[in-house]
Amino acid sequence: MPKRSIVAEPNQHSIVATTVFNAPRELVFSVMTDPEMMPEWWGPCNLTTTVDKMEVWSGGSWRFVVYGEKGKEWAFHGVYHAIEAPERIVFTYEYEDLPGHVSLETTLFEDQDGGTKMTTISVFQSVEDRDGMMESDMNEGDQESMDRLEELLTAKMQVAV
Amino acid sequence: MFKAVADHHRRRLLDSVARDEGQTLSELCASMPMSRIGVMKHLDILEQAGLITTRKVGRERLHYLNPEPLRDIDSWLGGYRSRWEERMDRLEELINRTQASDQAKEKKDAKA
Repeated sequence: MPKRSIVAEPNQHSIVATTVFNAPRELVFSVMTDPEMMPEWWGPCNLTTTVDKMEVWSGGSWRFVVYGEKGKEWAFHGVYHAIEAPERIVFTYEYEDLPGHVSLETTLFEDQDGGTKMTTISVFQSVEDRDGMMESDMNEGDQESMDRLEELLTAKMQVAV
Repeated sequence: MFKAVADHHRRRLLDSVARDEGQTLSELCASMPMSRIGVMKHLDILEQAGLITTRKVGRERLHYLNPEPLRDIDSWLGGYRSRWEERMDRLEELINRTQASDQAKEKKDAKA
């Protein structure tokens, strides 16, 4: 099983991403829900991310702003719907330049071989929204070339990384 | 193209062709739980989508993989994946760092 995988089945509204951390569930959960840690991992590493609001409880809001060069900024916000340590986080996600295009994000934490398997299921309002998210390349991150066809195929239209 | 790979039988056929290129129809049939006609139909769809190519050698038809269309899918996934990958790299680093400092603290506490 690959350590990380992203699955985006054709003609579906969702993206399912999994990753395995070599750390206990409690720790992974606490790092992910800590507002002080958030700027260190959430945004692109060449830009500065700030936490405007992060109320980690059911019904609480969150808002993060990513600052780029020349005063450029990108803001994201949503509402937490479930915070169940150390098992599950459910929240909505919206990019403020595309108001109304909201996705529902569910993050699940499971024990696996002494580590933690984290699964994030993002459900979009339409296939178009989902495909738009796949294509968007906000940070113009370098796309690693993927010559290993075997990986592509075994991942079945789902890319294993 | 998406339709061609949306079917799990066809993905299995593609896997099989990728693992061992140049297989004949009979060889491919052996690994599939369906009729010869069924396998032929699926191979036909894959060939039409440009995912496999065939070459006739004597009376046999050999099947080869054409990776190009799959590269297109890969680049379609590229934007999201590179962002997500970067984020996960940093999260992992942060978790490792936190874990290391927690352990160091425990050791210190144990000594004290």
